[in-house]
Amino acid sequence: MGLDIAFWILAVVSVVAALTVVSLRNVFRAALALVLCFIVIAGLYITLSADFLAAIQILVYVGAISILIILGIMLTREIEQGSPSNQFRIPAFIVAVIFLGAVGYALLNTAWPAVTPALMAPTTETLAGQLFGENGFILVVEITAVLLLAAILGAIVIVREK
Amino acid sequence: MSVGLEHYLILSAVLFSIGLYGALAKRNAITILMSIEIMLSAVNIAMVSFSRYVVSPAPLTGQVFAIFIMAVAAAEAAVGLAIIIAIYRGRGTIDPTKIDLMKW
Repeated sequence: MGLDIAFWILAVVSVVAALTVVSLRNVFRAALALVLCFIVIAGLYITLSADFLAAIQILVYVGAISILIILGIMLTREIEQGSPSNQFRIPAFIVAVIFLGAVGYALLNTAWPAVTPALMAPTTETLAGQLFGENGFILVVEITAVLLLAAILGAIVIVREK
Repeated sequence: MSVGLEHYLILSAVLFSIGLYGALAKRNAITILMSIEIMLSAVNIAMVSFSRYVVSPAPLTGQVFAIFIMAVAAAEAAVGLAIIIAIYRGRGTIDPTKIDLMKW
């Protein structure tokens, strides 16, 4: 019961924060709404008993990506101009609504093999087994490391002053 | 009605649609990047809710996918902002409707 109430509060706040991100003209305030949205999504992970992912969400999204985005806003000084909509505002809205309708229809008419297992103990051990254990995702972990290295080097090379 | 898998999936679809609208309709490259982050987070919610509510032989695979999505999202944000800053330096604007050098 408590989880249900938490879900509804978090769902409403996350949708409102996301709508704020796409509707505000002031980019900086939109970035702050995005931070709120990320924090609320971490709360949603907690209601899904994904404790490790909630911590990672706070660390990576709220801690790193938000700072990157705010730094980008400050370096590009587009706050006065804001983020107005382009000429495709109405078609984009229609596309988004059609997408939501199609996905919602598909979701509600699928018989998911859903059960509600008991709340799991801390997930970190199982996750580590999945990532690094036998028959796990160790190759993908290595590739992700290479991807992050390439992204860091690429970002440095792209923004370097000539 | 107690909250189940469908609720989380519908929430994920709503967040994804909001991000889709923002990515298509905004005229500021950084806002578009923020919308893409919202879309990736929405996909993450769907992945985690599947791993919570659907019994599978390999537990928590959805959460493993979510971790990889987060890593790719971090790389994408870093490279995307680097490109935006480089464009702003060269052209003085980050309005995607004006960055049309390669448009036919």
